[in-house]
Amino acid sequence: MNPENQNPLFETPEISGKPSVRIIAVGNAGDALLGALSMVEFAGAEFAAINTDAAALAASVAPVKIHLENKLFRGLGSGGDPERGRALAEEQFSTLKSACEGANVVFILAGLGGGAGSGISPVLAKAAHEAGALVLAFVTLPFECEGNRREAQAQTALEQLKATADGVICLPGQKIFKLIDENSTLIETFQVTGGFLSEGVRGVWSLLTRPGLIQVHFGDLCALLRDRHAENAFAFVEASGPGRAREVAEKILNHPLLDEGRALAESDAVLVSLTAGKDLTMAEINRVMEQVKRQCGHAQIVMGAAADAGLKEKLCVTVIAAKSNAQPVSVTPRGENRSLVPAAAGHREPAGSRPRTRRPGSKPVQGQLPLTIVSKGRFDKSEPTLHRGEDLDVPTFIRRGIALN
Amino acid sequence: MFDDSNIIAGLEIGTSKICVVVGEQNQNPDGALNIIGLGQARSRGVRKGEIINPEQVEEDLRTALFEAEQMADVEIRSVYLGVSGGHIRGFNNRGVHPVVSADREISQDDVEDVVKNAKAINLPAENTVIHAVRQHFFVDGQDGVTQPVGMLGARLEVDMHVIHGHANRLQNIVRLVRATSLEVDDVVFNGIATALALLTNEQKELGALVIDIGGGTTEFVVYSDGVIRHSGVLAVGGDHVSNDLAYGLKVPLSRAEKLKLEHGTAMPTEAAKGQSLSITNELGLELKRVNVGHLQRIMSLRLEELFQLIAQDLEQAGLTDYLRAGVFICGGGSRVPGIVQLAENVFQMNVAPGHATAISGLTTALDQPEFAAAIGLVKYGSLKNRRRAARPSLVSGIKGVFGKILPRS
Repeated sequence: MNPENQNPLFETPEISGKPSVRIIAVGNAGDALLGALSMVEFAGAEFAAINTDAAALAASVAPVKIHLENKLFRGLGSGGDPERGRALAEEQFSTLKSACEGANVVFILAGLGGGAGSGISPVLAKAAHEAGALVLAFVTLPFECEGNRREAQAQTALEQLKATADGVICLPGQKIFKLIDENSTLIETFQVTGGFLSEGVRGVWSLLTRPGLIQVHFGDLCALLRDRHAENAFAFVEASGPGRAREVAEKILNHPLLDEGRALAESDAVLVSLTAGKDLTMAEINRVMEQVKRQCGHAQIVMGAAADAGLKEKLCVTVIAAKSNAQPVSVTPRGENRSLVPAAAGHREPAGSRPRTRRPGSKPVQGQLPLTIVSKGRFDKSEPTLHRGEDLDVPTFIRRGIALN
Repeated sequence: MFDDSNIIAGLEIGTSKICVVVGEQNQNPDGALNIIGLGQARSRGVRKGEIINPEQVEEDLRTALFEAEQMADVEIRSVYLGVSGGHIRGFNNRGVHPVVSADREISQDDVEDVVKNAKAINLPAENTVIHAVRQHFFVDGQDGVTQPVGMLGARLEVDMHVIHGHANRLQNIVRLVRATSLEVDDVVFNGIATALALLTNEQKELGALVIDIGGGTTEFVVYSDGVIRHSGVLAVGGDHVSNDLAYGLKVPLSRAEKLKLEHGTAMPTEAAKGQSLSITNELGLELKRVNVGHLQRIMSLRLEELFQLIAQDLEQAGLTDYLRAGVFICGGGSRVPGIVQLAENVFQMNVAPGHATAISGLTTALDQPEFAAAIGLVKYGSLKNRRRAARPSLVSGIKGVFGKILPRS
């Protein structure tokens, strides 16, 4: 579909092999999310946990534990204050940087809203950048019932994270809240959240590590997520058997995180990655993409396909839909974002992904120029006369496109 | 009220002109109607059949009234008011009523009940019914019953044609007329009034389509089997033609209006192709040259589309085959040369310019297609008066429901 992607000239030695991925959990929520990931699946990835709370860190499953400590905290953590988390992280910037050293890609798992997650994650993203890694953050936003302050902290942290990380995939807790039933326990709720997020991580993971037939590059992914991720929706679905393509398409359109497909319709960029056994057929890809395209409307679509013998009959599809924010939460962080983009781009330039971020799989959409608006003369101010979708006030010969000469 | 008087006035506040027609009803039993007065004024405060500048409309209305009063030598105290506008819609609704009496004989009460049921319709909250016209009764599924009282049956149904519109917009125009110290006897949909003026009973029986192409709106009404079957308004009229011309020929609107009247045609002619016409100022200096071929094309396309929209609408309502008497065109738009031929091409049936033949009186008024609606209003009033005189407890075929919401004095 896009041969450029497989052009070896554009590949850098760094990415052409299997990228080394480090998954770093930040804060208590990050730890919990890390716990929800089954480590076996991410063979080759390195795991680490960063926390300010010594007790929680001790309980973490991560093989590498980094304890950010300051005498002032007395081992009690950041106390829900992101400023303290941030100050601490900046103080120990070199520790964070060394933790990221040697990785091509760093995934940050965090729950925003608290002290550690909100404070440390943006700094960690910056540190990872400086260590030469691409950064993708998977974060959850707090539930509405957790209060305004946490919500505000989470939003600020999200903006900061967007400015420093290459891509942010965020899962608002409130969205999960709508999906679970009344009787779910708190633990179950968190499991669901963790499950969804780990599905996302898994999807992106397989996107990057499995040999791609139609490759999606990390650069494509970042370009897709950067700047428009006010809120992205993502879904990971799988099906097996003869009708798997149809089943997968159906599942995507009914996926709760995609608002039954509405998220696709509202998004303006969609990434679809299909992974299946060696028997993946073009017709199957076509069938899935057809459905997604129909839903998406004008969205830019980036599509990738990969084969993995280990999946046998299974077909896994990851969908990430990014929606641009109609009303930016705050102006300054966005400006900050802009100023940081060139720096981030500098990092990616060796990967050669920038020149083709727009092209892969995207359907050119004809924009409407303001020139096409026909003056309605004396009916300009009056209520338009609409009849079966046509504005009858516009001269007939214009609407029918009849040239007079 | 006018019950004892024999003067009936119809008022139509159109987009291009306001006209008042005064009729006199004979007191003898046949109640023949005579048109005795006519007044008109250019309308400046109306767009697409709806008021946009009440003060201007009031001024124009007084001019028209004065003229009509002068001509008829009477004082007009109340009028039948014609309304139009893109918000007006018509549709058919069926009411069902089970006959419950032991002997299964249909009584007057049953008829009233079924009519009431048919009127109970789901309208948007802001809309009000202007007319609810009874079409036919069905007794146990038997079609075409016109008077079911006394028949035997278990199930009585009735079809009604309901015309409704936006209540506030209708009230606006009523309030405006009342502000000029005129009483409003009833509010009538212009399309119905026009059909009343144009069609004879025979034509209504055969089936006819009446199209009134006004300045800002075009009303159309279909009669068949003697009852109204379909009605509608398109907020497209002569103004649109002028506007298209102004846009297409790049001339001012007033100039476009003049060009339309002087050189307009509904059927583009071969001779006009490539011909051009010079526009001169008052001193005879040439300002601009206008291509006559283009003018005709633009105009023809707009009018053709107008007819096509109506034809589509009728097609959907399944009425195309019922129009055995043909199509009648009136209103200012019917003065466009070649319009009959254009309509014949679109509808593929007999088309005739409509004349208010269903009435006698001033021939100058009757001959003008623009006055059809106002004349129809007078006729509507006379029919109503006659019916009231004949049957005090009226169960009228046409009943101005809207009248109910006007506080009577």
